[in-house]
Amino acid sequence: MNFVRSHVLVCGGTGCTASKSPEIIETFHSELKSHGLDKEVSVVQTGCFGLCALGPIVVVYPEGSYYTQVKVEDVNTIVEEHLLKGRIVDKLLYKETDDKGVERSLNNTEFYLRQHRIALRNCGVINPEMIDEAIAFDAYQALGVCLTEKTPEEVIEIISASGLRGRGGAGFPTGMKWKFAAASPGPVKYVCCNADEGDPGAFMDRSVLEGDPHAVLEAMAIAGYCIGANQGYIYIRAEYPLAVRRLRIAIEQAKEYGLLGKNIMGSGFDFDLEIRLGAGAFVCGEETALLTSLEGHRGEPRPRPPFPAVKGLFGKPTVLNNVETFANIPWIINHGADAFSCMGTEKSKGTKVFALGGKIKNTGLVEIPMGTTLREVVEEIGGGCPNGKKFKAAQTGGPSGGCIPASLIDTPLDYESMAAIGSIVGSGGLIIMDEDNCIVDIAKFFLEFTMDESCGKCSPCRIGTKRMYEILEKITQGRATLEDLDTLEELGNHIKENSLCALGQTAPNPVLSTLRYFRDEYEAHVVDKKCPAGVCKDLVEYKIITDKCTGCTACARICPVDAISGKVREPHVIDPSVCIKCGSCLAACKFGAIIVE
Amino acid sequence: MKTLEDLKKIREEMQSQINLRTDESDVTRIVVGMATCGIAAGARPVLEALVNEVGSRKLQNVVVTQTGCIGVCRLEPIVEVYEKGQEKVTYVQMDPDKARKLVSEHLVNGRVVQAWTIGAAE
Repeated sequence: MNFVRSHVLVCGGTGCTASKSPEIIETFHSELKSHGLDKEVSVVQTGCFGLCALGPIVVVYPEGSYYTQVKVEDVNTIVEEHLLKGRIVDKLLYKETDDKGVERSLNNTEFYLRQHRIALRNCGVINPEMIDEAIAFDAYQALGVCLTEKTPEEVIEIISASGLRGRGGAGFPTGMKWKFAAASPGPVKYVCCNADEGDPGAFMDRSVLEGDPHAVLEAMAIAGYCIGANQGYIYIRAEYPLAVRRLRIAIEQAKEYGLLGKNIMGSGFDFDLEIRLGAGAFVCGEETALLTSLEGHRGEPRPRPPFPAVKGLFGKPTVLNNVETFANIPWIINHGADAFSCMGTEKSKGTKVFALGGKIKNTGLVEIPMGTTLREVVEEIGGGCPNGKKFKAAQTGGPSGGCIPASLIDTPLDYESMAAIGSIVGSGGLIIMDEDNCIVDIAKFFLEFTMDESCGKCSPCRIGTKRMYEILEKITQGRATLEDLDTLEELGNHIKENSLCALGQTAPNPVLSTLRYFRDEYEAHVVDKKCPAGVCKDLVEYKIITDKCTGCTACARICPVDAISGKVREPHVIDPSVCIKCGSCLAACKFGAIIVE
Repeated sequence: MKTLEDLKKIREEMQSQINLRTDESDVTRIVVGMATCGIAAGARPVLEALVNEVGSRKLQNVVVTQTGCIGVCRLEPIVEVYEKGQEKVTYVQMDPDKARKLVSEHLVNGRVVQAWTIGAAE
């Protein structure tokens, strides 16, 4: 093998792929070739680095130079300056958001410093399409150790001792789940992986599968060994084509190496894996609905018990874990239960990956120890809200979760603390809202999502979410009464208690938690008929401040319904009876003369 | 079929690939000054010679990298060797032949070639 002096890592996650990282890779190849550097510098396509806001990301080793927002045109500069002449290209380097100066080491930036990457350990480090690179970073080592040196009971004991809990949202102890499935009698059992990531704003499972698919395959084989299963299924949504492709490549390579299939590592243990594509129904992320869908039926949940560990896929004992849960397993086996359990809080061990989105500077993926406070995530890792806006609230756990107001920003992110304030950790979506977001509108958005995604099997969820949505619509249109708020709360609690599966049981959460913390904002809509954030169209009016208006006519020209009139160089006026509140004039005005009330 | 032994072998073969991407400090770094002054004085063939020599000897835990102007432009091409726990050694007025010998003497045999160091040149 040639000695390679430098590695150029280019992010091949979905975000960066969308902003032309494949073209960047191609250009690197051709530029390196034309400079005669193609033998000593290698270009590697990796998984997600996490800092998606600043993609496409290119990292050059051994210097560890972290280039962000790289364009195809920049490749020539990087090759000529950095790789040929050894001069790091300062203008493309990732700079600290607090302007402390230019940081060159990736791990010393605010964004990465507080992170502990376990599930994401190989994302942005290896080429996910080369099994040798994964093996170089310890892939399949844990499987080998389990198969040749440990009994299934010993492995389950390690997982139990680590304190790992389900990362899909419910937080059920993984070791206990495996123990139940192992104890269930029967010659045929299954291991399934839930990769049906459906929460709007959550993309950690996709990134793990795109960046380090072997970690999941290895963990599934370990689970199979522990419970006595020889067949596994990965249920993944068809909307993740890149993840599906990399999974297929990974499975093929693992089979070629005999790390999946018959008689793995000469231990006599057989384990095979297949991929099943989901059609993107949110309810199929719920375990019983997922298994029903896997069997080929319509994806609808069924009552529990019996739990899947006793009677799961095709009526056989089944372990079903989330992608991130699986990704932690090999690390725990390799490093020991203590190394994992020493991170986190008393009852929530280890780390959790959060997908930061919404009104935040550093949109992306962060993996932090459980119990890190929301303040650290938002202000330090996330870099705060853009444009100096004030942080208002964070929605955790997507449409199943709750809203954390700014007053509770010091709440630790762990299962217990989240539950105590009426939210959940959930799958790890973390949507940040600033002062420009209307809380009622956000709650309505999530409820509209769950209402659409309700499978319709049980009436509390099917009819209840519809009725709740109608009340929210009334509120945002200024037609509601205070009585409606009480009905909304009562209805929400009723749906929570009586729905068949987690979708219905959690659907009212966004409404109930915002009613709890932002009741004044609801009341402003109901009583004053005003939307304090200026979002709900029926409750706002666009006005022109006469003193500020220069009569430039920019607003009048852009208005699609001709609601703005006035002579050139004289203040204009908006006719509220014609205005459709589209906001075009607000964006067009250069003098700040248009306001929303 | 792969065994744990096979996995270990693959890991070892991949070492030279991946140690570039870790921040481990027991890696020896050979740094070539590649600013305009260095390049004009012939740093590029020196770098190539180093890369080839390290590669053909299959040395582990060695990284060949570049830097900008080291400051003593009149003594370019300059090559610096950073070993863990050792003083940095600065070699001056290098050429491809010297570079290859540097690898065998300094990195393989562990003997600093005093005659080419900046101390001897001054």
